[in-house]
Amino acid sequence: MSIKLTVSTLAIAAVAATSAAARDQVQISGSSTVLPYSTIVAEAFGENFDFPTPVVEGGGSGAGRKKMCEGVGPNTIDIANSSSKIKQSDVDLCAENGVSEVMEVRFGYDGIVFASDINGPSFEFTPADWYGALAAKVVVDGALVDNPHKNWSDVNAELPEQAILGFIPGTKHGTREVFDEKVLEAGCEATGALEAFMAENGGDKKAAEGSCLQVRTDGASVDIDGDYTETLSRLAANPQAIGVFGLSFYQNNMDKLIVATMDDVTPSVETVASGDYPISRPLYFYVKLAHMGVIPGLQEYVDFFVSDDMAGPDGPLAAYGLVSDPELAATQEMVAEGGAAMGPLN
Amino acid sequence: MTDATSSSPASKPSTSLMTIDARTKKRNAAEKRFRSYGVAAIVVAMLALVGLMTSIISSGAPSFKQTFITLDVYMDPARLDKDGSGDRDKIAKVSTFGYAPLIEAAIQKAVDGNNITLAEGLSVKKAADLVSKEGPAEMRRTVLADTSVIGETLTFQFLASGRIDGYYKGRVTMETAELDGNISPEQLMLADDFKKAGIVETKFNWGFLTRADASENRPEAAGLGVAILGSLYMMIVVLCLTLPIGVAASIYLEEFAPKNWITDLVEVNISNLAAVPSIVFGILGLAIFINFAGLPQSAPIVGGLVLTLMTLPTIIIATRASLKAVPPSIRDAALGVGASKMQAVFHHVLPLAAPGILTGTIIGLAQALGETAPLLLIGMVAFVREYPGAPPEGFFDPAAALPVQVYNWTQRADPAFVERASGAIIVLLVFLLVMNAVAIILRRRFERRW
Repeated sequence: MSIKLTVSTLAIAAVAATSAAARDQVQISGSSTVLPYSTIVAEAFGENFDFPTPVVEGGGSGAGRKKMCEGVGPNTIDIANSSSKIKQSDVDLCAENGVSEVMEVRFGYDGIVFASDINGPSFEFTPADWYGALAAKVVVDGALVDNPHKNWSDVNAELPEQAILGFIPGTKHGTREVFDEKVLEAGCEATGALEAFMAENGGDKKAAEGSCLQVRTDGASVDIDGDYTETLSRLAANPQAIGVFGLSFYQNNMDKLIVATMDDVTPSVETVASGDYPISRPLYFYVKLAHMGVIPGLQEYVDFFVSDDMAGPDGPLAAYGLVSDPELAATQEMVAEGGAAMGPLN
Repeated sequence: MTDATSSSPASKPSTSLMTIDARTKKRNAAEKRFRSYGVAAIVVAMLALVGLMTSIISSGAPSFKQTFITLDVYMDPARLDKDGSGDRDKIAKVSTFGYAPLIEAAIQKAVDGNNITLAEGLSVKKAADLVSKEGPAEMRRTVLADTSVIGETLTFQFLASGRIDGYYKGRVTMETAELDGNISPEQLMLADDFKKAGIVETKFNWGFLTRADASENRPEAAGLGVAILGSLYMMIVVLCLTLPIGVAASIYLEEFAPKNWITDLVEVNISNLAAVPSIVFGILGLAIFINFAGLPQSAPIVGGLVLTLMTLPTIIIATRASLKAVPPSIRDAALGVGASKMQAVFHHVLPLAAPGILTGTIIGLAQALGETAPLLLIGMVAFVREYPGAPPEGFFDPAAALPVQVYNWTQRADPAFVERASGAIIVLLVFLLVMNAVAIILRRRFERRW
């Protein structure tokens, strides 16, 4: 019996050697924020073209870019989804492994919203409120002190008297970068804490900005390392908490969440597109140009992704929560020409 | 202690067995207490199990039912075959977006035909959202399979969209629909009207077991087909590799190997390997099978190889235990009548140990079936919609796996996927139960005791 089985395993090994050389479907990996958009496109692509449906993996923006930069060949992925711009370290890694030409495609924007349990009160925030609530050090009576605020009403008298508890994305998330930059830094500046930090350390703006991003560690600010579904279930257990979500996630769970305004603007696809809602970020995918024309369907997939049918303002991606890129036409043109490798990062 | 007994002569140890003295009472009480602790422990464990099962089954059972909308669709040549040439290549140019208006027309016809009035503010386009986005794809497949259907009226049984399906499962109510941007109470009322007219019905959902995964836009179309196939392929790979390697290694170690420090070292290492966290095997698999050997990503062959590494120690340990359980007298008798050592092992010892080996293998496989962590690293936690081909080529096509599908679905935003994830857990549990039951039956049937 065991001899027969060994023969069959040898046969498998023989097939392995032959079929490892070719691949007939596009392989994509990266950001879990981009993942739903990418799967929607992949699904429609498989339905409408004579190519197999691309395989899409999550795993995070950074991990996806690293995977793409592993090298050239059918055993490496073709596209990296990313919710933040590629970093110099990725470009260096790519160059080191012979991935010299990478095309950057920006296909839309994603809004980041603050939402709480639907049965709780509604909130109207400014970045300054969030800084005052979550920062490690705040300015009280002109002096920097450890954050003394217990309730939202301590931060801003107009906010409800509810204990401060914020579920913010963990540091490995792309969303956290946006939260840091557009909320904490903006709030830091607005409350005057930035100046106070600079006065304290002798005018070093970089270090002061770093201090702005320190969140309090007494339990009022909780890092969520999982995805938005985890934030949602934590919110169900702590109805007085406020969570940070992607706009599309909120739109799929509007019966459970109530969204807060930021600077008096309600987040929606329209307000993010117009730029009125301040907290948003561009979404990208990066294509390995060496695979164009080698992996069947890659060019078609990229064209299809940025087409008006998919990424346009009336397409299925916008229906899911993507904020369509106003400069989509330029992207379509760039992609249709076979794509241009991106220039050096500045 | 001794003071206490000597100071009270009344409680002098009695020698009669009929009367129970204080110490015996104490011992009996201790035993009683221990028994109640045991019962309490079992009750706690059972409660936890019952709680877990009820939560999984109650949230997962609805995924086995699905709401369908039956519509007569006129395959309008004006939309599908504009120049009337019947050329398949030209018809294939009409994308699924081009099929959506046909559904709107069919909805309009169903509304008129059943004397239903559309609620105010409910456009036909919105009404057509009752039908899953999968609908146009289904129609396009039908047309491309046989272009002669253009111009005819066909009856399609479409999936209802996730929210409508949720309405009939109690997940969506009029109140939540009021707040929800993806569904309106008017749409739900129309669905109710359709239900009365017999157009909308909820029935058993075979598609959940056969369909491929679907994107977040259409949770109703998501199924376990690819994941079940992927898991099956991986199990075939694991079985074909672990059984011969594991059995050969165990027989050699148990029956032939000289007892010296090298075999002791090997033995210790096998036991250690059994305790290595499974993610480590994933890292190893990525480095060896994908980066070094050049096997494809997301393929069941790589998953199977990684799980083989993980399962081997379990199987070797189980096999050696069952070989050890065969009494030495069997070997001695075989050797005594002139059998060679190999004949003694293969003709007498191995058949007697076979039930134990099989049980160990099945339990090892069941463990491998439920493993997720190593698959994370080799690209199997992915959105895969194409069914893998027939083996052996299919081993190299991308596929998902059952536990991975559970993990994927729990991360999706649409609440309909929560139900699907629990449904997938039920399917996985059924597979595990069946495998363990087979192991028990085999053991009962063929096991011999001495």
